[in-house]
Amino acid sequence: MPLDDNSNGDFHRKLIEEVLEAYPDKTKKRRQKHLNVAEAGKPDCGVKSNIKSIPGVMTIRGCAYAGSKGVVWGPVKDMVHISHGPVGCGQYSWSQRRNYYVGTTGVDSFVTMQFTSDFQERDIVFGGDKKLAKIIDEIETLFPLNKGISIQSECPIGLIGDDIEAVSRAKHKDIGKPIVPVRCEGFRGVSQSLGHHIANDAIRDWVFDKKAIDFTPTDYDINIIGDYNIGGDAWASRILLEEMGLRVVASWSGDASISELERAPKAKLNLIHCYRSMNYICRHMEEKYGIPWIEYNFFGPSQIAQSLRAIAEQFDDKIKENAEKVIEKYKALTDAVIAKYRPRLEGKTVMLYVGGLRPRHVMTAFDDLGMEIVGTGYEFAHNDDYQRTTHYVKDGTLIYDDVTGYELEKFIEGVRPDLVGSGIKEKYPTQKLGVPFRQMHSWDYSGPYHGYDGFAIFARDMDLAINNPVWSKFKAPWKAA
Amino acid sequence: MPQSAAKVLDHMPLFREPEYKAMLKAKKEQFECPHPADKVQETDDWTRSWEYREKNLAREALVVNPGKACQPLGAVFAASGFDGTMSFVHGSQGCVAYYRSHLSRHFKEPSSCVSSSMTEDAAVFGGLNNMVDGLANTHALYKPKMIAVSTTCMAEVIGDDLNSFIQTARDKGSVPEGFDVPFAHTPAFVGSHVTGYDNMMKGILSHFWNGRERQASASVNIIPGFDGFCVGNIRELKRMLGLMGVDHAVLSDTSDIYDTPSDGTFRMYAGGTTLDQAKAALNAKATLSMQAYCTEKTLEMCAEKGQQTAAFHYPMGVSATDEFLMKVSELTGKPIPEALELERGRLVDAMADSQAHLHGKRYAIYGDPDFVIAMARFVMETGGEPVHCLATNGGKAWEEVMTQLLASSPYGAGCKAWGGKDLWHMRSLMATEPVDFLIGNSYGKYLERDLRVPLIRLTFPIFDRHHHHRFPTWGYQGALTVLVKILDKVFDAIDLNTNIPGETDYSFDLTR
Repeated sequence: MPLDDNSNGDFHRKLIEEVLEAYPDKTKKRRQKHLNVAEAGKPDCGVKSNIKSIPGVMTIRGCAYAGSKGVVWGPVKDMVHISHGPVGCGQYSWSQRRNYYVGTTGVDSFVTMQFTSDFQERDIVFGGDKKLAKIIDEIETLFPLNKGISIQSECPIGLIGDDIEAVSRAKHKDIGKPIVPVRCEGFRGVSQSLGHHIANDAIRDWVFDKKAIDFTPTDYDINIIGDYNIGGDAWASRILLEEMGLRVVASWSGDASISELERAPKAKLNLIHCYRSMNYICRHMEEKYGIPWIEYNFFGPSQIAQSLRAIAEQFDDKIKENAEKVIEKYKALTDAVIAKYRPRLEGKTVMLYVGGLRPRHVMTAFDDLGMEIVGTGYEFAHNDDYQRTTHYVKDGTLIYDDVTGYELEKFIEGVRPDLVGSGIKEKYPTQKLGVPFRQMHSWDYSGPYHGYDGFAIFARDMDLAINNPVWSKFKAPWKAA
Repeated sequence: MPQSAAKVLDHMPLFREPEYKAMLKAKKEQFECPHPADKVQETDDWTRSWEYREKNLAREALVVNPGKACQPLGAVFAASGFDGTMSFVHGSQGCVAYYRSHLSRHFKEPSSCVSSSMTEDAAVFGGLNNMVDGLANTHALYKPKMIAVSTTCMAEVIGDDLNSFIQTARDKGSVPEGFDVPFAHTPAFVGSHVTGYDNMMKGILSHFWNGRERQASASVNIIPGFDGFCVGNIRELKRMLGLMGVDHAVLSDTSDIYDTPSDGTFRMYAGGTTLDQAKAALNAKATLSMQAYCTEKTLEMCAEKGQQTAAFHYPMGVSATDEFLMKVSELTGKPIPEALELERGRLVDAMADSQAHLHGKRYAIYGDPDFVIAMARFVMETGGEPVHCLATNGGKAWEEVMTQLLASSPYGAGCKAWGGKDLWHMRSLMATEPVDFLIGNSYGKYLERDLRVPLIRLTFPIFDRHHHHRFPTWGYQGALTVLVKILDKVFDAIDLNTNIPGETDYSFDLTR
């Protein structure tokens, strides 16, 4: 889709230069490698990524624990996930990802609960393994319907030399359920990203092939990988895949049960939405079980239709016909949504700064509404993400990797987009500037945004954010001149 | 197809449409390998039993749904109340992302704070370079007047020494000569966010006070403590002290930083205690703490410096406000003005008007130690009965204070104080010994749902209701806000239970 529209490019280059002026020399040299302007025809976005954040600059990134507990494991609903270490990590991440699920919380589901070993000084000094064993026993006593337990390591675990793997093995023998140790201490890696990888590996090593699975396969078995069901995203996606005649074996990991994870290797195809956080397990399943995987994009009708067709291509004519039927069935809805909202959003400019997928994946949904992305960047992307980004961005788009609070504020001030999509920490500083904002991690407590049903909500939300009358009230009338 | 452009269905109605219900039912039956429904029901019932309560209270290691956060959050909050101050947390960077998110979700405001972004190599070699580079970057980019350094548990476990690190950073020119960099070690595995508040407050004040001669003045210092209602409360506090004509300094004044206007400018720093005020605070006649458990070490230091000290427990309600004002009056010699006496009278008037609806109501209360004391006390002043009072970060000493307070009123007779317990304990307590209302924060909504007990949100954090923190809960005016919040729930509960036409028309009264 890259267009030959370079009108913004020079302006954006100048902005980058200005922003870098504020840094001490050493930091400037490092930061300039993360900022660029997209150029058509290049293989990537020309920025370095997945590198350590610089101290003291106000990175927006989180940590490996956030990537494992918060993203990958937290949504697995019928397991208990122990935030192992001091109380804070579990407390701040408690119920904040909006991974929707259905279950009886506290009885057979545990997603919106905070289980912690609440480390005290004595645990740091003497080690926490005995305490961990006791905690697992207490979970078994008080939450007997749990289907397994994961241990999400916080920073101290790896520093004090605890052997949570040994505890897990011993306790697995005791109680016969999966006990999964995850070495996602927050100091590992440079962002959430390594946490995703470690969490994927833990599923590979501690869940797959651990017991006989009773399963009758069909030719149409697929897994949804990398959809965390934020605001119900995975459900709005699943309904389309089922309408196409496919059978979703595992929802991974939004609204997931451990049984689904265990059965996933029996499927015929892996569909991966969040490539960044889940490509690891797809590659493993491909290697070990011969399951192919394809990336898809369920944001906005253009990408949904393209994805449904690409998925159908992997199956027989019946599924291909069904895909066309599904696209046709929802056409009236998407046409109506676009007719209603596009005139209100046409030509509006957007800056994005999100995690590892959405900075590119949502672009076409904005495009479907006539909106233009003028800047985008990732918290924790790798180079393969920036390569994939070139398929989506226009020439001249401002690119910022691991942006700092300072840079983002200056870019927003300079560009003055009509909308910024980023996270809770960025929301209020942006709105103070008078620039409309939507949280694009949590869908700002709305959603789903995936699928056709989600697109209607997405369009409605972008409209209400941009066209709310409050933005016209910022200046006192006696000061307006 | 339930979705339409004309009436866009949100997640709430959307997933209740028949298509989605059928889909989720099939997912469960075919792929989730669920426990049988009767087994789930039986287990659910059992979790509400006395037997379960005994097992639950016997827990020794597991903590479920705690009502506390970790030290650095309190440190970041305390530092944010000083003019132009940037918090710098030494350790892993994810922690800082969490503090900022947590504060922003409550206040619906920006929350600025930086990390030294330590990773695996720093775990091995120590984070000195991170401190040296980090302070230089923070100073250059965000142009603070002061950088307040605290620590995550990572830096504490590997034993980084803030004092020497900051000195080295100074020597290497990270910050200009004489630039203020107070610090506090804030290990997450000791105490809670209230401990972190205390440590940072002491760190900042000792930075300004140590090595200086105290010249006693007539001014009074007030330390508010960790408070989600700080915006309303500190303004109310200053108004009352203004009415009394008391020369005072609020140490860590967070009322403006968490309440900045929308006028086209992002204020990274707004208001707060000036650094000159912090210095001059050494000379104050007395330091008063609004929350004893937030200032244990700080007040000790104030006393050592020769100041008089007094600590309160989050003064809310009639007698607690009386005591606070009388203490201020006693210390300063300024009489309590008629204006405040009028406000007191109006509060008592409101309580008298509504007493019939409050008398004998049973409450479960949880939160930080000072808050729970205050709340139980006010509830008893209205004729209400606290039944379960719980503070995850309250210890034995707190339990004793609570027990004495409860013994001081006939309305406290049936109540027990639970220090160190969590909200899953509270679930058992409420399931076995029911109450009419639950007072706490947003986390209480899970108890409200499980036990069908209305929740009154009166303490940090409040994520799912907006703007409560803009209104005070301290002083006579604040007590009025609290009173109305409780009364609204009381009346809403009656209306919700009497709104079935043809069945309960008789109790659905227009006037109450």
